[in-house]
Amino acid sequence: MSAPTLTPSTPSTRARDRRGFKARRWFLATGWRHLVGWVMIVFSVFPLLYVLSASLNPGGTLLSSNGLFSTIGFDSYTKLFNSPQQPYAAWFGNTLTIGLITAAGTVFLGALAAYCFSRMRFAGRRVGLLTLLVVQIFPQLLAVVAIFLLLTGIGDIFPALGLDNQVALIMVYLGGALGVNTYLMYGFFNTVPAAIDEAAKLDGASHARIFFTIILRLVAPILAVVGLLAFIATTNDFVIASVVLVSPEKQTLAVGLYQFVSQEFSSNWSVFAAGAVLAALPVMALFLFLQKYIVGGLTAGAVK
Amino acid sequence: MSSRTPSPQTRARRSRGAARLAEMAGGSLWAILIKIVLLGLVDALGIYAMFMLAAQHNWIVFAILAAALVAINYVYFSKRTLAMKYLTPGLIFLLVFQVFVIGYTGYISFTNYGSGHNSTKEDAITALMQSAQERVPDSSTYALTVVRDGGDFGFLVTDPKGEVSYGTAEHPLERVTDATMTGDKATALPGKESLNFTDIVDNQKAIVDLQVPISDDPNDGSLRTPDGSSAFLYLSSLHYDARADTMTDTKTGTVYSDTGVGAFAAPDGKQLKPGWSIGVGFDNYVKAITDDGIRGPLIGVTIWTFVFALLSVLTTFALGLFLAIVFNDMRMRGRAFYRVLIILPYAFPSFLGALVWAGLLNRDFGFINLELFGGAHIPWLTDAFLGKVSILFVNLWLGFPYMFLVCMGALQSIPDDVQEAAKMDGANPFQIFKKIKLPLLLVSVAPLLISSFAFNFNNFNLVYMLTGGGPRDASASINVGGTDILISMVYKVAFVGADRDYGLASAFSILIFIVVAIIAIVSFRQTKALEELN
Repeated sequence: MSAPTLTPSTPSTRARDRRGFKARRWFLATGWRHLVGWVMIVFSVFPLLYVLSASLNPGGTLLSSNGLFSTIGFDSYTKLFNSPQQPYAAWFGNTLTIGLITAAGTVFLGALAAYCFSRMRFAGRRVGLLTLLVVQIFPQLLAVVAIFLLLTGIGDIFPALGLDNQVALIMVYLGGALGVNTYLMYGFFNTVPAAIDEAAKLDGASHARIFFTIILRLVAPILAVVGLLAFIATTNDFVIASVVLVSPEKQTLAVGLYQFVSQEFSSNWSVFAAGAVLAALPVMALFLFLQKYIVGGLTAGAVK
Repeated sequence: MSSRTPSPQTRARRSRGAARLAEMAGGSLWAILIKIVLLGLVDALGIYAMFMLAAQHNWIVFAILAAALVAINYVYFSKRTLAMKYLTPGLIFLLVFQVFVIGYTGYISFTNYGSGHNSTKEDAITALMQSAQERVPDSSTYALTVVRDGGDFGFLVTDPKGEVSYGTAEHPLERVTDATMTGDKATALPGKESLNFTDIVDNQKAIVDLQVPISDDPNDGSLRTPDGSSAFLYLSSLHYDARADTMTDTKTGTVYSDTGVGAFAAPDGKQLKPGWSIGVGFDNYVKAITDDGIRGPLIGVTIWTFVFALLSVLTTFALGLFLAIVFNDMRMRGRAFYRVLIILPYAFPSFLGALVWAGLLNRDFGFINLELFGGAHIPWLTDAFLGKVSILFVNLWLGFPYMFLVCMGALQSIPDDVQEAAKMDGANPFQIFKKIKLPLLLVSVAPLLISSFAFNFNNFNLVYMLTGGGPRDASASINVGGTDILISMVYKVAFVGADRDYGLASAFSILIFIVVAIIAIVSFRQTKALEELN
């Protein structure tokens, strides 16, 4: 442009104005939402990227992990599985085993109780349902001293069920099986029409057969939700696991990784980060895969 | 399995019979077999435990266990207990590991259980005498064969007079007559495995540590071996006088007596450790309320726990709700993309999240200080106030995706026609939100907010992994720090450090239980009030 004109009537500036106006309207309508979205993505994802980059920084300390993705190498991952003082593979296996068994047990015990409350009418049913709710007010976590001393006592009789034993830990976790989970399931069981039970009963099926072969299949979604929630809760538990499990090769990831990183906080950082990435991957994958179910289960208690 | 329609008794009985017949026809042989095997296992374990309890003379637990076993068998063999058949398995775990342990916590809070006080008086006497043992200078030499009985080691000894006896750590020496002799030395005992040299070397530590008492009286001393082939008499420098109930240090002549504090104490107040656990009444509660070094921190920690739980719920809910409103616009593109990335922190295990943030916020080497604040040494985690801010901030990161998901679901379930009607009446978008959407939303998420509060009230992982409860409160007489919440304080008093106090920790637990119960009652009323609003 050789001669700047200030008259707004030239076609090109009018088009520019219109575009600017449109952009502003776009920004006011949805654009700012994208801006918020990106800010939140940075907030959410940054720590995860940071830990991923730290894990790929072999021999990295806390200090040298600050250069994000400046070096790439997998040495920390191999180191993770090769040092005897931190049996990572064992921790991983223990966490999976304990988590899966607890989840399966919670689902099974909870489903039995939910079936009972949903389908049978018996004296004390309402009181029972209420009691389950009231008991949950007092978290198991607070009784950790008593759990510790109780397991010490049980260990005198059954060493296999005493302290430093994974079976004992699973039993303690199963103490929380009847509770909020039962309520979630109870709500879902009630949405399955009782006419199905009646029909099966007329055909000569026993109550156990109705439960195992018919009802359990119809309520599979809620079983998945409860199982996953129980698995995540078990994986995240530190208090009870740290008190019950003493020897390093019996511990879970939460206990082992915490003790590992707290001993030499800054110098083990890359190895810890590698352990964290591997530990988080299965949980995150499972979570994203079952996302729909979980959200439904969380908000309603009855997905259908 | 009774018929539900009201009918005369005879018909009811007949239909019950028919139902039972149908039941038996329906249940297969396998089901019955599995049931019997499982019940048999439970019974076998239970009866074994009863034998062990009888051997320990623990009759109260014995009776409870016997009653429980009878009840379980009744439930599964009777035809009238259908509902209980489904409830019993879960109920057993619930009763033992949730209900009983709460009561047990109450019991422990009235004792002095803790390091130095975690056993019975007899155990304490034995432990004291064993720890003060020294070899008798002119002890006669006992010819020794170490034997194994199951997993335990035992001593088969021939004393200088040629008499053979056998004993283990739990069972004092006893004369035996059926030992195999090689020369003058007993070398084998029927049913027990004699150890050869390699076995002894392999189990060196266990064998050197083994102490076999001479008799039931701990004053008689015990046999120990330095090499696995000969044993010597060891006597304790402490002498226990059962009649006077005193411990005498034979070297210094100091007399320690049981003064009712759960340990033997000298006149000058010096105590022998270990002691034993005794009931101390309300001492722990009194201490928690009156001792200045405990009361101050306890009040501070309680207030911070409430502030933390409340602010956590408010901040995560506010951010979650805001984002839900932002993304609840049909015109916006790529909502699924934003959603998946934003909820990632919720999928990340929370204990790992806290540990990663502990690294990021580290004072000297952390990313936040070095890269974002240009190398400033801001004590994010080691200052009492900044530590609290950091905890709330990290909890926001961990918790807002949950609130976002919940609010998103709740917003979408509000029917459109309500909004349409409001718009027709001339309400502006802000009014629609404040007067219609928010109340409706609150009704559906209020229970979740309360459970979120309850969860954060005991959010141990976050506090313990991020700051460890620190910085340590120097004025407190217990191990407690500036960012500790109640549950982490209980854990630290009971399990961290050398001076563990189970009794005091349990008293704290009970105090928390009481507080939680009061909140629960109030909040349930509030929820009801909210529902009635609707």
